[in-house]
Amino acid sequence: MELLKIEDLTKRFGGLVAVNRFSLSLSQGDLAGLIGPNGAGKTTIFNLITGVYKPTEGKIIFMNKDITQKKPHQITALGIARTFQNIRLFSKLSVLDNVKVAFHLRLRSNIFAAVFDTPGYSKQELEMEAKAEELLKAVGLLELKNERASALPYGHQRKLEIARALATQPKLLLLDEPAAGMNPEETIGLMRFIQKIKEDFDLTILLIEHDMKVVMGICEKITVLDHGSVIARGTPEEIQNNPEVIKAYLGTGGVYARS
Amino acid sequence: MYKKRSFWLTVVAVSLFFLFIYVAQNSLDAYIIRILNVAAIYVILGVSLNLINGFTGQFSLGHAGFMAIGAYASALLYMSPQLKAMNFFIKPLIWPLSEIQMPFFPALLIGGLLAAGAGFLVGAPCLRVKGDYLAIVTYGFSEIIRVLFNNLQSVTNGPLGLKGLPTYTNLWWSWGWAIFTIFFIKRLIDSSYGRALKAIRDDESAAEAMGVNLLYHKTLAFVVGAFFAGIAGGLLGSLVMTIDPNAFNIFLTFQIVLIVLLGGLGSITGTVIMGAAMAFLMELLRAVEVPMNFFGITIPGIPGMRMLIFSIILMIAVLFFRRGIIGDREFSWEGFISFFKGRPSRGREGE
Amino acid sequence: MTWILFLQHLVNGAALGFVFALVAIGYTLVYGVVKLVNFAHGDIFMMATFFVFYGITLFSFPWWLAFAIAIFLTILLGMGVEKVAYRPLRNAPRISSLCSAIGMSFLLENFAVVVFGGRQKPFYQPEVLIKTITIANVRIQLVSIVTVIVSVGALLFLNYLVYKTKMGLAMRALAHDFDTAKLMGINVDKTISFTFAVGSGLAAISAIFWALRYPQIWPFMGVFPGWRAFTAAIIGGIGSIKGAMIGGFSIGLLTILMVAFMPNMAGYKDAFIFVALVLILLFKPTGLFGEA
Repeated sequence: MELLKIEDLTKRFGGLVAVNRFSLSLSQGDLAGLIGPNGAGKTTIFNLITGVYKPTEGKIIFMNKDITQKKPHQITALGIARTFQNIRLFSKLSVLDNVKVAFHLRLRSNIFAAVFDTPGYSKQELEMEAKAEELLKAVGLLELKNERASALPYGHQRKLEIARALATQPKLLLLDEPAAGMNPEETIGLMRFIQKIKEDFDLTILLIEHDMKVVMGICEKITVLDHGSVIARGTPEEIQNNPEVIKAYLGTGGVYARS
Repeated sequence: MYKKRSFWLTVVAVSLFFLFIYVAQNSLDAYIIRILNVAAIYVILGVSLNLINGFTGQFSLGHAGFMAIGAYASALLYMSPQLKAMNFFIKPLIWPLSEIQMPFFPALLIGGLLAAGAGFLVGAPCLRVKGDYLAIVTYGFSEIIRVLFNNLQSVTNGPLGLKGLPTYTNLWWSWGWAIFTIFFIKRLIDSSYGRALKAIRDDESAAEAMGVNLLYHKTLAFVVGAFFAGIAGGLLGSLVMTIDPNAFNIFLTFQIVLIVLLGGLGSITGTVIMGAAMAFLMELLRAVEVPMNFFGITIPGIPGMRMLIFSIILMIAVLFFRRGIIGDREFSWEGFISFFKGRPSRGREGE
Repeated sequence: MTWILFLQHLVNGAALGFVFALVAIGYTLVYGVVKLVNFAHGDIFMMATFFVFYGITLFSFPWWLAFAIAIFLTILLGMGVEKVAYRPLRNAPRISSLCSAIGMSFLLENFAVVVFGGRQKPFYQPEVLIKTITIANVRIQLVSIVTVIVSVGALLFLNYLVYKTKMGLAMRALAHDFDTAKLMGINVDKTISFTFAVGSGLAAISAIFWALRYPQIWPFMGVFPGWRAFTAAIIGGIGSIKGAMIGGFSIGLLTILMVAFMPNMAGYKDAFIFVALVLILLFKPTGLFGEA
């Protein structure tokens, strides 16, 4: 089943074309990669899918619904969650509360029920707590649930960000450079982790990554972007041997360069 | 377990507090009672502004405007028709306001609701702008309220203001509302809604990406904050017995901002302590403006000195005590008990 | 309403427009470089008039010397305010520096109340400047014309400063990308100090013209011109000199024309300015000429 379909997406900032007629189709259960040199427009595409930017032209269809004009929080509610390139946790909140925030959009009590702690609200709050703990357990952060998010080491912050994204109960998860700043060992752990959550939570994943080991290692489909346009699509093998791609990456030192 | 114990301890503490109020209202002298009333009003104002500025991270300077609305609306509702006629001798008050009279409580409530409505009207569109822009727009709003109230003579009596208001405000009303405000806002920020507000404060884009409706929640904080500011305005009007538009100027807002800053952005406990302390501080500062007699030499009071000292304190607070008196920590029974048992408290409670 | 009367108001409006434009530029320059709303700007404006007042009454300087000294002192004051109240908070959260700016505004006002007294004081008007001249039946106060000429001169000088000098380049670099500019070896403290100096200098010039037009000075006189000029800067797009000029100019002009032609509504003029501000921010959150 086709989950996400992007047609001719274009975004211009003034005179600059950040994304040019970008198209992409993802099926349920895909694990796809989006790569390209710095400034190719990858994060812009994430921002367009999640509604942070409105596209200049083009359409984004998610589960047969046109979400092009929807607001970020509505898109999240429909089932698209994301992480950020430069981790963006709620730094003053506890680890547990970071995850609980993501359940808020499913809350069915109004503000008075919440303030006066009606049985209906109380029950939901307990459910949130249980589910959040379950998620933290899944990413291995349960022991740290009362720490401030900003006090966590880098690797844990990445995991917490993913746990938080999972708490919105997404069908599609967008990961923006999940391996950035990790050492090779951590990176291998992360690859396993991504594959595991994909199975456990029945997800479709689109990820941006600079680390070619990650992309080539876990992605089934890869789209290569340069200067806002798609220059190649295919399986990891096809991409590795594509002369266009090699050319685009020459400036940064070849396909295997880590930038 | 802990939750239950804390609940009962809170009940006991609040009962003891009201017992104190009962004794105070009946035995303390009028001057002290008045300061205690002002303290309660400052507490309401500080805690409600902290909801907007400290917990939601939206820098608002509109509190004086919301107070003005609450003060005028409630006064126009609880004043007797005769009193209104006496006040509006230049231009008569428009019907039906000239005929209506109702008890204090509903009048106060309506004042709060109208302020909340203004919070919605000003908040919903203005919250599209951020940071400094929001500060200036909300400041503009409160100035505009002042301009409007100075000019709408047939509703507000213009710059003459309203005089001789009946004094309904007593310690029961003021501290009753203060306790309710603390309760309401504490519960709010600890609830799922509160987490959403704090998430907005920490990172707006991330909050939005987690499904938090920014406009709805920011407006919510504004509306709740404005409601309590309106209530405080109503209480203040009936306490000082005279209101005029120029009393609700930016200085009043600055005072509340100072309470929040010194109390700690994001700390209700600190705000409550500072709110009460501010009432006494402003009273003490009055002393510098009356002539003083030192060993036979009379030093004349210097007009404006009180405000100068106040602004120096404000600057010192901003420059050197940026995190407030207790940071963003909160009081909790567990922390309290472990403090007395000599056990190290678990550090940051309540977050 | 005759053409002649209209022209008279127009000239007055233009003069006031320039006064607002100069103040608005002060806000915009500072905001552009340090991303801070200098709430104290209106009070620096106020202080300039008191410097003139005391220069003339206390030291019996000739008016032009008093003006020059006042401008110089105001520049020092502006730099001092930056050093005391803003520099220590440069890396603090925004909310702290905003509060500091508010506090500074408050401090200056109350300082003025205590030291200068809360009552209104008359501002010295040199006779040469308040003469009325008549050109083709249009009666114009000389001060209006001088205001326009000096303001245009100040604007040209500002343009030279920002676009042709090394300091101006440093200012623009900081405004564009603070961190990178810092890494490129730009002396941040010096540049910011300079920016405050320029802004305060402009405020002093406009304050003198303001006081020549409305010759009563008092500690809170900076509040409303300051707020209107700030509004002008936002409407124009804060950070943009062109925007501040156009915004300031139109608000000055509109204020005068409104008072002249709709005297009944004059009490509401700030309400109108506020509504205009909100509307513009709603549709163009960064102002008319601001960067997205």
